[in-house]
Amino acid sequence: MAKLLDKQRYKCALGAMQTVQAIMRAVPVLHSGPGCAQKLSDSIGSSGYFSPNIFPCTSINEKDVVFGGVKKLETTIEHALKVIDADLYVVLTGCIPEIVGDDTGEAVSHFEDAEKPVIYASTAGFKGNNYIGHEKIIDAVIEQYLEKSEEKQKGLVNIWADVPYQDLFWLGNIRELEKLIEELGLTPNTIFGYQRGIDNINRIPKAELNLLVSPWVSVGNMKKMEKKLGIPYLHYPTLPIGAFETSKFLREVGQFTGVDGEKTENIINAHEDYYYYLIERYADMFLETRVMAKQFSVVADAQYALGITKFFVNDLGLFPGKQFVVDDTPKKFQEAIKKEFQNLNYGIKAEVSFETDGYKIHKEIKEHDYHGYPLILGSYYEKELTEEMFGHYLNISWPVQDKVVLDHFYAGYTGGIKLIEDIYSVAVQRWN
Amino acid sequence: MALNLNSSNVATRENRIGSITGYIGSLSDLADQSNRGTLKGCSRCFSQSSTCLSTCALGQLSAIREVAIIHHGPSGCSAASADAYYLDKVMAKKRGITNNTVYAGTDMNEKDTIFGSAESLRRIILEVNQRYSPEAIFVTSSCATGIIGEDIDSVVDDVREEVEVPIAAVHCEGFKSRIWATGFDISDHAVLSSIVQPPKQKRDTINFKNFYESARSEIIDIFSNFDLEPIFLYCNSTIEELSHISESLATTCICGTLGNYLGNGLEEKYGVPYIRSINPLGIAGFETWLREIGKVTDRSEAAEKYIEAQRVIYIPKIEEIKKELKGLKAVLGMGPGYTFEVSRVLNELGIEVVWALAWHYDKKYENGDVPPSMEYLLENEVDFKASVADQQNYEVMNILNKYQPDLYLSRHPGSTVWAIKNGTPAVYVADEYMIFGYKHTLEFAQSILESIHNRSFEKNLARRVKLPYTDWWYQQNVDEFLEEVKSNGKAIR
Repeated sequence: MAKLLDKQRYKCALGAMQTVQAIMRAVPVLHSGPGCAQKLSDSIGSSGYFSPNIFPCTSINEKDVVFGGVKKLETTIEHALKVIDADLYVVLTGCIPEIVGDDTGEAVSHFEDAEKPVIYASTAGFKGNNYIGHEKIIDAVIEQYLEKSEEKQKGLVNIWADVPYQDLFWLGNIRELEKLIEELGLTPNTIFGYQRGIDNINRIPKAELNLLVSPWVSVGNMKKMEKKLGIPYLHYPTLPIGAFETSKFLREVGQFTGVDGEKTENIINAHEDYYYYLIERYADMFLETRVMAKQFSVVADAQYALGITKFFVNDLGLFPGKQFVVDDTPKKFQEAIKKEFQNLNYGIKAEVSFETDGYKIHKEIKEHDYHGYPLILGSYYEKELTEEMFGHYLNISWPVQDKVVLDHFYAGYTGGIKLIEDIYSVAVQRWN
Repeated sequence: MALNLNSSNVATRENRIGSITGYIGSLSDLADQSNRGTLKGCSRCFSQSSTCLSTCALGQLSAIREVAIIHHGPSGCSAASADAYYLDKVMAKKRGITNNTVYAGTDMNEKDTIFGSAESLRRIILEVNQRYSPEAIFVTSSCATGIIGEDIDSVVDDVREEVEVPIAAVHCEGFKSRIWATGFDISDHAVLSSIVQPPKQKRDTINFKNFYESARSEIIDIFSNFDLEPIFLYCNSTIEELSHISESLATTCICGTLGNYLGNGLEEKYGVPYIRSINPLGIAGFETWLREIGKVTDRSEAAEKYIEAQRVIYIPKIEEIKKELKGLKAVLGMGPGYTFEVSRVLNELGIEVVWALAWHYDKKYENGDVPPSMEYLLENEVDFKASVADQQNYEVMNILNKYQPDLYLSRHPGSTVWAIKNGTPAVYVADEYMIFGYKHTLEFAQSILESIHNRSFEKNLARRVKLPYTDWWYQQNVDEFLEEVKSNGKAIR
């Protein structure tokens, strides 16, 4: 049912055109109104080999609404194959064709014999948000493109994480996860970002394991691949940020994949030594910054709300105020995520609210006693609010206007250090 | 034009003023065919995405201070609310004021497309009103609500008494028009029909329609010479200010595409003259525009005096820089409110326009005339290749590849990137005041000079990247996918 979306923090399913954009040389072909791509792209950082303003689009008009737009879709795909140099063409449907009943699947099936693969995903805006849309794209790849492979590559692990572009740090994070997996002696395979693309998609069926690092996004994709491609999966719900969680992550993945325990511990020790060398040098800052209270709130999708809460509590010894998960997490996942928030050092339990109404979130933050200047990590909407409360603010979730990220990241040991740098770069702006 | 403020619906530019998005030929042919009434726009059998009219309509309305926009549709339609929030905050901060406008969505889901959601919408309007006490409320539709026939007019009528502030239904179905500028008309219509009050007295004010008021203080200074106070619309406007715009001496606009509906509407309904000269870009534009304002507001003498004083300061400097720009060749792609104005300025600076693209083309303005910017060029015997394409980048790239100009100028986000990847220096004419008056005309000339002088960035990037278009495409004519051109067998290449 329609609900009040006040300070919205996600886009619609068609926003998953950005998931396609994150796969090098894959191009979204939109069967939608003329302006959907522009609305769903971000004002900076959207250019690339392809950019939303050049995605082929049927640009549905009034006539198509009445008579259907299938013919236009066919000519658009046909010419996109000729004009655009891509490896994979992903047709995404918007609201209009799905309400008027265009048979997109049938239109796309005419291109089965095209030189390049053409697949489609049903991503009408009313079918869910861009987190759901992201899953639909990966589902489309699994269902329409991938085939089961009898041949497996030893140690090959597909890594899946949260939603590109919606997650500001997607590129850096997934590269860092790859590095960690590689250190364990495994071979990571991911499909997003620089030098990843159709070859990596082709490699997916050969993997021995799917590793999902996300509280809930893509759980369905993992099940689908388990069934169709026979690949088991390990679901690690917390994005590892900082030493405590990253070491835990390495142990769990190592154990699951049969990596020698001593080897894993050696890797962990080397990382933690350096990590605490840095922390030691700046311990005075942690303890003696006058303006940093112990309490914090994160207003973000489940991934960052959970990952950052664990980092702050388990690594930095901060204390959780209320945390807000704003990605419209499906009900069936909420209980398990809540449990993760309660599984913190010293029996600390973080209260978490699954809330999409920004007004209510702001009201709760304003009414909470942070025992000093609050630390708020959230979207751009939290900037003014935090300023009014004389708190410290960092823009880590969508919408983002206060930070430019090219390949910055928060995952892993290095990511934890980067997050500390970002937070204290804000805190040192004030003396008291 | 026939303004019907009793209906919340606005006819599209295509239907109202014969606007088109597909044409390839020349400026003179375009004008000639417009005059003779033979111009027919072409459609494309291949297109790349462009812009939604609701982005324009709601971008305008959400810039007004302390109002509420309720965008009834799936969450992608209202995704623009995030940008609106940011813009409202930073634009207000720059002025030292606050703007607490709220732009909310309704996150429509699949059930709503089947059963409708008028009752939810009603509840949401009342909740927003109660939370924020806005000074006006705009309730807007989307493609999805439009197709299922959600009756937002009835919902608005139903809550009108309860909310106690002006409230209007704003019809923003993106499929209605390929011309996003229709969205500007939609926002003007909403303001004219729900906010503007009949005049009680005349004031020494001039309505100044613009986008982001970057030249605000400068323009206030200019008009102080004529005892005129500009009222900038709609960025940072208040509902109180807007309710009085019928009392101004005239309406002017930095961009004809942006302002013609409001300008003509205020003239038709309240007798406020709309300044229809060429725009205040470049020397001829600025002077013609100031003289027209002088004439309409009975301040010609003061205008001449101002022009004379300013010419002494700037003309020698502009003449000097022209020597360095002479002989450069440019391609430009902009909305029609800028394309033919900027072409004129480039001509003034001695830069040759080899091809001008307009993102759409209005055959006739609301008053039935050919746009003054075109008339001016033709009277001055300026002609060049021209096409109309709603930001079809593949056509732009084909043109840049064939003509290899010294310079590409564009006004829309994401467009200059492609030119520089082609190795063509590009100037992003982003701000609407970038070529305003003598001072900014000089700055514009300077930035062109700097852009073509240091080509490091585009050379570095172009060397490293591959363009996403196939060789096949670069070998085709620009009009390959324009349908009627081919069927008429009169392709102009």
